[in-house]
Amino acid sequence: MPHDHDHEHTEPPSDIALRVKALETLLIDKGLVDPSALDEIIETYEHKVGPRNGAHVVARAWSDPKFKKQLMEDATAAVDSLGYSGRQGEHLQVVENTSALHNVVVCTLCSCYPWTVLGLPPAWYKSAPYRSRVVSEPRSVLAEFGTELAEEMSIRVWDSTSEMRYLVLPMRPEGTEDWTEEQLQQLVTRNSMIGVELAKSPNNLDATVEGKD
Amino acid sequence: MKKLPLQPFDDDGPVFNEPWEAQAFALVLALHEAEQFTWDEWARMLNEEIVRAQKNGDPDLGNTYYQHWLNALEKITLVKNISSNSEIHAKAEQWRHAYLSTPHGEPVELG
Repeated sequence: MPHDHDHEHTEPPSDIALRVKALETLLIDKGLVDPSALDEIIETYEHKVGPRNGAHVVARAWSDPKFKKQLMEDATAAVDSLGYSGRQGEHLQVVENTSALHNVVVCTLCSCYPWTVLGLPPAWYKSAPYRSRVVSEPRSVLAEFGTELAEEMSIRVWDSTSEMRYLVLPMRPEGTEDWTEEQLQQLVTRNSMIGVELAKSPNNLDATVEGKD
Repeated sequence: MKKLPLQPFDDDGPVFNEPWEAQAFALVLALHEAEQFTWDEWARMLNEEIVRAQKNGDPDLGNTYYQHWLNALEKITLVKNISSNSEIHAKAEQWRHAYLSTPHGEPVELG
């Protein structure tokens, strides 16, 4: 049908958006995907899954030694017990920071990431410079995130795969001995669980909360 | 003391920059859940696309990630005989026509 009336049409989306729309229609027509399942996946990843899942896991590990032991032995099961389970059948391993060893996570191959506990990865995690440099010069990459580690501290880089994802258990900040699990969660950032930063110190947190009041 | 927020303080931006990124993301998860491919097959396909894009000059700074994702999705549906390039192209053109022939403000549907 010819279109003589420019004002009587809807502007089509970009070519790339049309390609996605085309695929979606084809896959729905072929009965391979269900439109409501697609909506549910998007809703979950946009609003329900995020780094606060991981913060919950870390804060629980800091305050419950039994949970921590379980987490270190079988992270997939421990995280599942908090209601966070993976959709891709991947295994999760938790790597613990100590005063002598700092852990950092990457996926050099593509962008495998512990979705169930951290949500979707930030853009820099998916970038080629991060993926190559954190392996060859982790100390300078960490410094760019403002994380200066003592010379004697070892750094271990964990390369994720489609079957194995890693979550860093940051060190519990000093001065939080009498904090509840809920309070501790606020100190745990996404970046501290990837390992490019440390958990927030209670002093930094106070400043943020006051600033927001 | 004010109620503690659930979300850790983080200056992360939106997860998806445009709606099509979320749609493409969901299609891959849904096809995997429908057992059309294993997650390992998917990761390998995505990696091939990333490597190919880098060779073609993409600085691959993370902002083109879902373009690689969509390319890999099209490839894997091809390899698995789920859909063909001509089918996708024809359907995209149908949609384009549907937009162009729908008055602004009305729902766009395939005829």
